[in-house]
Amino acid sequence: MDQPKILILDDEADWLEMCREMLVQLPSQPDVRTASTGAKAMAQMDAEPFRLLICDLKMPRIDGLQVLAIVRRRFPDLRTVVLTGLEDEEFRSRAYALGVDLFWLKTDMQQNMKMFLDCLESLLGRDLAGGFRGIQNKSLMDIIQMECLSRNSTLLRLTRGPLVAKIWLQDGELIDAEVQGAHGEAAFQKILYWKSGTFENLPAEPNRPRAIEKSVNALLLESAQSMDEEQQAQTEIIEKTSHRKTVWRISLLAREGAEFVVAVPPEGEPEAWGTQMVEQQAKWTRRAMEISRQLSDRLEAGPISYISGSSAERNVLALNRDNKVFLVGWPPDKVDGSVLERTKKLVASWDS
Amino acid sequence: MGFLKKLFRRQAAVQDLPSGSLTVDRNGNTITSTISSAYPANLLKEIARDVLKLFQEARDSQMPLAEVSIHFASLRVTARELRGGAIIFLFPQTAMLQTPG
Repeated sequence: MDQPKILILDDEADWLEMCREMLVQLPSQPDVRTASTGAKAMAQMDAEPFRLLICDLKMPRIDGLQVLAIVRRRFPDLRTVVLTGLEDEEFRSRAYALGVDLFWLKTDMQQNMKMFLDCLESLLGRDLAGGFRGIQNKSLMDIIQMECLSRNSTLLRLTRGPLVAKIWLQDGELIDAEVQGAHGEAAFQKILYWKSGTFENLPAEPNRPRAIEKSVNALLLESAQSMDEEQQAQTEIIEKTSHRKTVWRISLLAREGAEFVVAVPPEGEPEAWGTQMVEQQAKWTRRAMEISRQLSDRLEAGPISYISGSSAERNVLALNRDNKVFLVGWPPDKVDGSVLERTKKLVASWDS
Repeated sequence: MGFLKKLFRRQAAVQDLPSGSLTVDRNGNTITSTISSAYPANLLKEIARDVLKLFQEARDSQMPLAEVSIHFASLRVTARELRGGAIIFLFPQTAMLQTPG
């Protein structure tokens, strides 16, 4: 699991430092960053993904509610917590209307430190599973089923970033749905693909004409089946593509008469065909390129075109392409000029 | 003006590329050389050291090589292993003078 990142936004430097020290001790050991203005916070969130934003409300220039409104639109998956000294119910309801996950007073936080930290830890954990704000950890299917089982009449308004969807329920029956210009059954199926977002219950609209005749359970089942099938089809496509690529590469090796190819990325695992000594060959390739680069800097000899080597057993040639270094092995009977041309050709068609 | 010229005498900005051959022992010491004596000895030593390092790294990676060539845009360095040392050929690559392969 990756280390979760928290951003704390507050205009008081001492408070920021105190919060930072407190939050780094959470069990999930988050990476805690701080920002003293809304603009700085936005810049940080643009630069890298955060899992949780803890935001003060009263700040100069851009206040917390403005930041939260922007965040809700631009980073719909970011969990948000308001931590403020303003004891005002209006602010609390406005913050919840903006989809915040938690509204906490600074005075309460000091008194109920443990509970506050438990809530934050829980929010960090929940984010991994997705779900809809309001009822954490629940998928949209769960929410709809709950409403139907309770035979509720309501208008579910769902938002995900700039997208808004509506589902009308009357006495536990699905009446209509609407999203991005689609209506009825098609809209409902589309909405079910949403994995996260926020939702709110609005008053029912009993006069809404019925546009969906199928039962909600039948629609949920159909949707779940089609999602499974799509996922399976995608996996099959990926497997087939990968298999085809391997076959193509092996046939290319055989056609050109090369012994092996090792594709070495700047970092991470190399890919190899036709050799068992992948690690050793990748290591030499990296080192040879590094040594040559240093030598080129000192001699001012220009960029490296390629590196070649030969022994009684084989010829090798290393060259750069698409941010990778390809080391190609050839039998010793190939003369040098033909090795270069053949290597260039082989590497150029490698990803075709 | 003459005074200023003396103070700010311009250094040659570009170092000529080396041309010729040299043999080095297993410790990188030059035994023979046909490269111009005007070429900095420390740079030749660095070439020798890097070439020997390439052979050594190849041996360490269980891929021993008898010959290695590094093809830069303006210089080709070709080295052949010689009893732990090496004979190194340096060919500047200019538009007028391209060495084969």
